[in-house]
Amino acid sequence: MLIDEIFRKANSNPVLDMMEDSAVVDGSARIAVTTDSFVVTPLKFRGGDIGRLAVCGTVNDLLMRGAVPKYITSAYIIETGADTEILEEIAASMAETAREAGVSVIAGDTKVIEGSGGVYINTTGVGFVNDGVNIKSSNCRVGDKLIVSGNLGDHHAAILSERMEIENEIKSDCAPLGGMVENMLRKGIEIHAMRDITRGGLGTILNEFASASGCGFEIDEEKIPVSQTVKAFAKILGLNIMHMGNEGKLAAVVSAADSERALEIIRSSRYGENAAVIGEVTDGGGVVMKTALGGRRIISELYGEGLPRIC
Amino acid sequence: MCVAAPGLVRSLDNNIAKIDYSGNIVEANAGLVKVEPGDYVLVHAGLVIQKINEREAKEMTELFNTLEELGNA
Amino acid sequence: MPDINEIKDYLRNYDGEKQVIMEVCGTHTASISENGIADMLSPKIRLISGPGCPVCVTVASYIDRLTELSLTADTTVVTFGDMLRVRGSEYSLRDAAAQGASVRMIYSPFEIIKMAKEQPDKQFVFAAVGFETTTPAYALLVEQLIKDKIKNIRLLTALKTMPEAIRTVYKSGTEITGFLAPGHVSVITGHSLFEKLAWELNVPFVTSGFRGAELLAAVYALVKLSGGRSLNLYPSVVTYEGNATAQETVNRYFTPCDAAWRGMGIIKGSGMRLRDEYAEFDAGSHELTQDKIFNGACCCGDVICGRKSPDECPMFGKSCTPDTPQGACMVSTEGSCFHYYINGRKGNY
Repeated sequence: MLIDEIFRKANSNPVLDMMEDSAVVDGSARIAVTTDSFVVTPLKFRGGDIGRLAVCGTVNDLLMRGAVPKYITSAYIIETGADTEILEEIAASMAETAREAGVSVIAGDTKVIEGSGGVYINTTGVGFVNDGVNIKSSNCRVGDKLIVSGNLGDHHAAILSERMEIENEIKSDCAPLGGMVENMLRKGIEIHAMRDITRGGLGTILNEFASASGCGFEIDEEKIPVSQTVKAFAKILGLNIMHMGNEGKLAAVVSAADSERALEIIRSSRYGENAAVIGEVTDGGGVVMKTALGGRRIISELYGEGLPRIC
Repeated sequence: MCVAAPGLVRSLDNNIAKIDYSGNIVEANAGLVKVEPGDYVLVHAGLVIQKINEREAKEMTELFNTLEELGNA
Repeated sequence: MPDINEIKDYLRNYDGEKQVIMEVCGTHTASISENGIADMLSPKIRLISGPGCPVCVTVASYIDRLTELSLTADTTVVTFGDMLRVRGSEYSLRDAAAQGASVRMIYSPFEIIKMAKEQPDKQFVFAAVGFETTTPAYALLVEQLIKDKIKNIRLLTALKTMPEAIRTVYKSGTEITGFLAPGHVSVITGHSLFEKLAWELNVPFVTSGFRGAELLAAVYALVKLSGGRSLNLYPSVVTYEGNATAQETVNRYFTPCDAAWRGMGIIKGSGMRLRDEYAEFDAGSHELTQDKIFNGACCCGDVICGRKSPDECPMFGKSCTPDTPQGACMVSTEGSCFHYYINGRKGNY
């Protein structure tokens, strides 16, 4: 089977099957657009693969602005030597994730280059934004509550475990977050700012919120959801949970009045069972964490790449 | 790596111990310290450097007892 | 009995003589920051970070030699993660890797054996940095190389030992009133080493574990202690004599030498090198004592010796940040400046 056939068959739908030079689809008055490239190694990891990741990453970016994801495109760059069976698995996984997320793959491209079996995927996503929805980093207000939708660090730890050959049961949390976002929007939760917690971790996002909104955050270490295994993993490698990436978790800043209701909605949505309110927006600058011991420390954005320490 | 948290020896094969840190299994060289499965150990840079000879709780209690003596000194 | 809350109250409300307590272990530095301990102390108690980060005290010529080796045909440099970002005279290993150098990051030095056996026609060099805690691993590695007759692994060593560095720092005109003895170094050396240093320098030492409560307890003890007294508050793993097997194994393959410390110069008898009979395993570690100051305003030397707190450096947080480090203390995640910067730790007099 030709390589581009693999992807076309896996994602078959009326628009894609027309094989025209471009897709012509229905639109909306306000659209959200995002694009991202995925270069993860290994291509398959516990809890996901690059195909699922390429859909989740893009769909989640649309959702974080309150958009309803509709379409995605997928462009593959494949190095010679890539295993056809793995490509088929990636394509199938991508198609299944797109179905789960409720998006159609409406355009695609495949290029093969010299190399040693690497696979890289770019996806572009389009979502529709309903009237009245206005979620952005600069909207945080003093007194708002901060909710994270589940355990931090799982994706980061899963990938690093594979690379560093550390045995554990940690799975990537790679998932589309449409369910919890749609449920919150439908029930009128006043969401001020929202981000999916990917590279750079929660620490980086909160610093971006703080500087965009001219506010601060105070969070409580003891309330941060994290599994015991990931906590121990971070400890043995000297990594900071606040800077570890996820691929299926969000941080939402919601009005204090709606925060308990928002928490309930997220908890009863798929992938949100460990959600928690972990802090609030303050009028200071920067991000401050109350430590379990009773001290306070500043949480910075991520610098460098979160490399394991020696001592 | 310096690991401050204790790891549990799961198995031992020819001086190579499998150490469990709350579900993360890491291999470590046990050439310097005699260990057995069930021991809690301290590992640094892939090497078992010490066996932990007390339970955590007991250790903390003793620590604070030492401090008490200090306070009265 | 002072429980943890009484200790917290005492340290927060302390109003006695000014206390300046130095920790000389990178993981203590990290734990103090992560637990927000500096924030829990009275302004009369100041914690400062000493030369406890092996990466921070590594001189430029050592990094230069590593990058040179990594760019040599058929040679791979194998290292712990945080060494990658440290700059030599011009480049870091990360920069070299971007130019096509062969650099591998590992978790345990023993992983290099598997690499070398899989590729017997390639050369592997381990960036062997560290203190007393890490040297036993290198000794066992050399033992394994001899046993398995492995010829394609060598070590580039920059191994340091604590006592001379502590003496140098203490005598360099600081007002240190107590030392937190390094917990894992003590596991190997035994608490006795620091008991002797306490007597000799007539300043208290407390050996401590790494959890927040343990560190608070150790700070409390240091405030209470005076003169040359010492205390082992990490008895679960630190014995009086230390790990004798580890000490013997190290002494079989390594011998003391003078060592160059970034920002501090050459300190007599403060390092370890492979014994002459094992020179074949050395990748040219001798003479790597040249340092390079990138920026004349850099205060790394003063910071490591405790004469200045990171935020007293004119470049701190301005031209020198984790994204644009001017000195090693801002590079390593164990470095004092890095921790002061990212965790907002203050030098609170």
